[in-house]
Amino acid sequence: MNAIDWRRAIRIGLVLGVAVLIASVIGMVQTFDERDMIEDILTLGQLLLFAPAVYAGYSAAGKSEERRVAAPPLLAGLLAGLLTGVPAVLLVGLAGWWTTIRDYFVNVSPQLIDILTFGRGALQGSLMLLAVMAVLGLIGAAIHLIPARVRRPLVNATLITLIFSLFSDVPLNIANQFLPRDIVRRFFPTKGVTQLAAVIVFALSLAIALWWEFSGRTRRQQRMATITAEQRRRNSLIVLAVSAVLLLVLPSILGTFLTNVMTQVGTFILMALGLNIVVGFAGLLDLGYVAFFAVGAYVTALLTSTGDLGLGINFWIAMPIGVLAAVFFGIFLGIPVLRLRGDYLAIVTLGFGEIIRVLVRSDLLKPIIGGAQGILDVGRPSIGPLTLVTPQHYYYLLLAACLLALFVSWRLRDGRAGRQWMAVREDEDVAEAVGINLVGTKLLAFAIGAGFAGLSGAIFGSRVGSVFPNSFELLISINVLAIIIVGGVGSLPGVILGAFVLVGLPELLREFVEFRLLIYGILLIVMMLVRPEGLWPSAVRRREMHADEESPPSVAELEAPRHEATQPMV
Amino acid sequence: MTLSQRLRDIDWIDVWLWIFRILIIVGVVIGIVRKLFFGAGTAYGVDDWLDFFISGLSQGGLYALIALGYTMVYGVLFMINFAHGEFFMSGGMAATYLVASTLAATGFMNEQPIIYLVLVMVFSVLTSMSVSLLTERIAYRPLRRAPRLVPLITAIGASFFWQYIFRGFFGSAVKAFPVPTILEGRVNVLGLDFLKVRLMVIIVSIVALIALYLFVQKTKTGKSIRAVAEDKDVAALMGIDVDRAIATTFAVGAMMAGIAAVLWGLVFKQVIFSMGFVPGIKAFTAAVLGGIGSIPGAALGGFFLGVIEAVGPPLILEGLGAPGAHQLKDVTAFLLLVLVLIFRPQGIIGERLAEKKA
Amino acid sequence: MANILEATNVTKRFGGLVAVNRLSFSIPAGSIVSIIGPNGAGKTTFFNCITGFYQIDDGDIIFDGVSLKGRSPDKITRLGIARTYQNIRLFSQMSAIENILAGMEPRLHSRWFGAVLGLPGTRAEEEKATEEARQLLRFVGLRGKGDSLARNLPYGDQRRLEIARALAGNPKLLLLDEPTAGMNPRETAETTDFIRNLRDEIGITILLIEHDMRVVMGISEDITVLDYGEKIAQGEPAAIQSNPRVIEAYLGRGAAGAAHLMVDTTEAA
Repeated sequence: MNAIDWRRAIRIGLVLGVAVLIASVIGMVQTFDERDMIEDILTLGQLLLFAPAVYAGYSAAGKSEERRVAAPPLLAGLLAGLLTGVPAVLLVGLAGWWTTIRDYFVNVSPQLIDILTFGRGALQGSLMLLAVMAVLGLIGAAIHLIPARVRRPLVNATLITLIFSLFSDVPLNIANQFLPRDIVRRFFPTKGVTQLAAVIVFALSLAIALWWEFSGRTRRQQRMATITAEQRRRNSLIVLAVSAVLLLVLPSILGTFLTNVMTQVGTFILMALGLNIVVGFAGLLDLGYVAFFAVGAYVTALLTSTGDLGLGINFWIAMPIGVLAAVFFGIFLGIPVLRLRGDYLAIVTLGFGEIIRVLVRSDLLKPIIGGAQGILDVGRPSIGPLTLVTPQHYYYLLLAACLLALFVSWRLRDGRAGRQWMAVREDEDVAEAVGINLVGTKLLAFAIGAGFAGLSGAIFGSRVGSVFPNSFELLISINVLAIIIVGGVGSLPGVILGAFVLVGLPELLREFVEFRLLIYGILLIVMMLVRPEGLWPSAVRRREMHADEESPPSVAELEAPRHEATQPMV
Repeated sequence: MTLSQRLRDIDWIDVWLWIFRILIIVGVVIGIVRKLFFGAGTAYGVDDWLDFFISGLSQGGLYALIALGYTMVYGVLFMINFAHGEFFMSGGMAATYLVASTLAATGFMNEQPIIYLVLVMVFSVLTSMSVSLLTERIAYRPLRRAPRLVPLITAIGASFFWQYIFRGFFGSAVKAFPVPTILEGRVNVLGLDFLKVRLMVIIVSIVALIALYLFVQKTKTGKSIRAVAEDKDVAALMGIDVDRAIATTFAVGAMMAGIAAVLWGLVFKQVIFSMGFVPGIKAFTAAVLGGIGSIPGAALGGFFLGVIEAVGPPLILEGLGAPGAHQLKDVTAFLLLVLVLIFRPQGIIGERLAEKKA
Repeated sequence: MANILEATNVTKRFGGLVAVNRLSFSIPAGSIVSIIGPNGAGKTTFFNCITGFYQIDDGDIIFDGVSLKGRSPDKITRLGIARTYQNIRLFSQMSAIENILAGMEPRLHSRWFGAVLGLPGTRAEEEKATEEARQLLRFVGLRGKGDSLARNLPYGDQRRLEIARALAGNPKLLLLDEPTAGMNPRETAETTDFIRNLRDEIGITILLIEHDMRVVMGISEDITVLDYGEKIAQGEPAAIQSNPRVIEAYLGRGAAGAAHLMVDTTEAA
């Protein structure tokens, strides 16, 4: 088809334009602009501004098809790109005319206008912005004209370069471990990467991608075709051994800063594995999950703290007690609430989480757990003569805990308990009718989930050295929920991937902090709309989430009694 | 039957629940008795108790208005619209920053207080409605046939999205809500001493609730909403535009939330981007208390919750000798929610539905 | 023959509606018994009362010497009652073999820590259960379909899988709710034979709700007819066919040709 859908082009341009406008008005562009990606060439704010134009041009030009008339798609791209810039230009005009706009919209600052107009004054700058956006739209459209075998490597190399410069902290910290300072400086200024580094990365990744495109892929396919089962098993053993060694030496490669990030990620992986059992396996949406994390942290802190409130007990004794307390708490709360159906359970657990939060802060419990002042001097674990202090030490502790949780999750999933959970998730009534004890099954999920969270909390308190009420906000629950949803509900590798994406990446992009929850919100919605099974789904969920798209509802669904829905619970 | 068999037949969870129930009742009774007859905690006179009651009533009116949004959407879609608290917040924030503060600065507010209030309210309602319709269109409508937890998760996402969008627009500071001078001070009605603002809140919320009830019962649109709530497929066969009826439901719920937001501003004299969360949860509690899905239920649940929340902590918690009882006000509401859902899920006045599905 | 199930004066109300009214009913051990009646007569409600989905308002149900009153569905299933559903309710996202394993719940005893620690007892139980599940799969004629998702199986296979799931717990009493609904005559005949074999070979007592008169008349030893929640007739197939109250309930008072229709079905059976 050569016809261009002009209305679609206009709509894409305007929708993305409004998105750019909102990103500007809420201060995202300005905040991100302080972050350099490629020295003197590109900031993160500019990327935020310009990427939509390229994308608008790319998608306005329609599906990729080679050998077609070039003019109409290019024109559509140009138009879409131009429109992407229009709302921002309108903002510039508005800000020029309505001088007190900042009293209302706090983030429409002169700096923002400067960024939008390249510092060249309203009129000239606006025209320039429009021109740049149009050209970018044109470039986006022109991508279609490149032959596919060149286009793919080119796009990939560009993306790799952008990602590399965005997360330049990772290579920077690793390089700092091994290379002298002045050499590192040549590639990594304080933030982002130098032009030299960008060029090298781009050239390298392009070369590799081209090699892959033109000969690597076929070679691999040939190899895969001839490989024997024996060899394959050996290969996976090698992969396993290499990753085990890598995990062990990681702290000394990464350096303190990145290892600290890893411990942060580990804390959340542990929690997310627990919530994954509750939400992913058993299908119980728990929004007050942070309560168990808090119980584990507080109990362990109280037992080990050498401060006024603590008992000064050895960490290795206190930690299991903290975990048991969390498990007990999970059962204690679970018994009354587990008879509730789906969404009611979510709200009640949310309510419980809030009760815990208020209680922890209140004067009522202040003599015991310190109120808003929290607990200080939490004890640290020691192994023989070595006391765990640095992030590297805690890295190993968390690694062990995560592997344990992973192992337990995996064994449970494939055993009788996993089957019971799945049955309960699918159809509670029938599950009960085949002889599954609903409350017992749900309680097990709740208790194990609580145990993982308690373990995570116990290590967290010791790692940070203190425990404060504000470490246990609702946001933590939402954060963990977002991790398992983005990663893939019920999928163990998905959970780990999710924690890296949602906890690790923001740690590397401190500029994101202010917008973290905004981005989580968008992610939750977008994931549910576009990819409800998550980034790395478990096989079952993928089938389940896309069930409705594949076929009409089954007879059973259609004939299920209506009152089921209106009736809160039994 | 042998003893061991009998023991095995006991449902230990029921036993646990009964212990729980008894503990709660004993605690409440002891608290009240100690407060009223042994003077535990601060001593309050009759006037103080009346004051608690009236402020609880006006607070309850606000809860009732917000609760309607939850209950109507639940009635139609069987979905807990977690983002409803944000619809409330959006109206309050936008109206305060964009209209109220300007009109107050120019002096218009005290010259024409009624027009001022109407303008602010209209703007608030329009903002809430737009936010709610956008949310419904983008985050809920495509997921009508998805598993139940899916729209709940997008609702949580939408809630965070709107909170932080409005934070980005207007900043994270607390903003004063300008109150016209004629609404300051107290007024005596029927021998009772009201804060003027509180009285106004009670009156406006009751009027709005009645208007909404009549809308749903009497108008054609209201009837189509009820038909869709009854059975979407049949309603569609009858020629009702289901999407439209659902959008209307959202809009009407958001309208009530927008009104509530302005009243909230009048009572608490300030707004902030995070103001939607706690009232949202409490209003949901109110909706559940009244039996979710029922409009009069939501109204009664709201007033009931407001009063309990105002009277409960001084009466029961102080009676039990808990320090800082006012801090635990929020706990009262959440505890009530948990108790109701566990022990009487059909709500205080909700009718008992069929026992179980098969 | 001793009665395996004895219901006395069972009553179930929904608000003002009496769905089952003072129904007394018994099933001799090792027999095939049917309940028939027009739509809305309270047949499935009675099933739900037996399996604990509904709590009965009045009367009592004794199974194998134990009262079922007040017991939850999982406990009742563990006593040895299994059922199928009028509209198939499999765990549709689980594989066929997993569905059967779920049905084996009443017989499994391993605990979660056994699975985590990989205890030999747990492993042995899982292996044995899987092996039995495969046998059961073959028994109901689903050989080789163990790993397909339940929802992807054809309709007839789903019906059979549901029966296999019900059998997996080694029940003493099997409740089948319209097992031949939606089947063509050949499938119906196969299912009828299958049900008869179940009783003859394994010795399970079977209670059947069925609309297809050929099936009912062909295999039941005793038929109970419900109308508006009340028992209007009980007896052997031949007696039921000629019972005027039954004909009236099905076809309305004075319906012409009623007798003809009943005779017709008998001939076919």
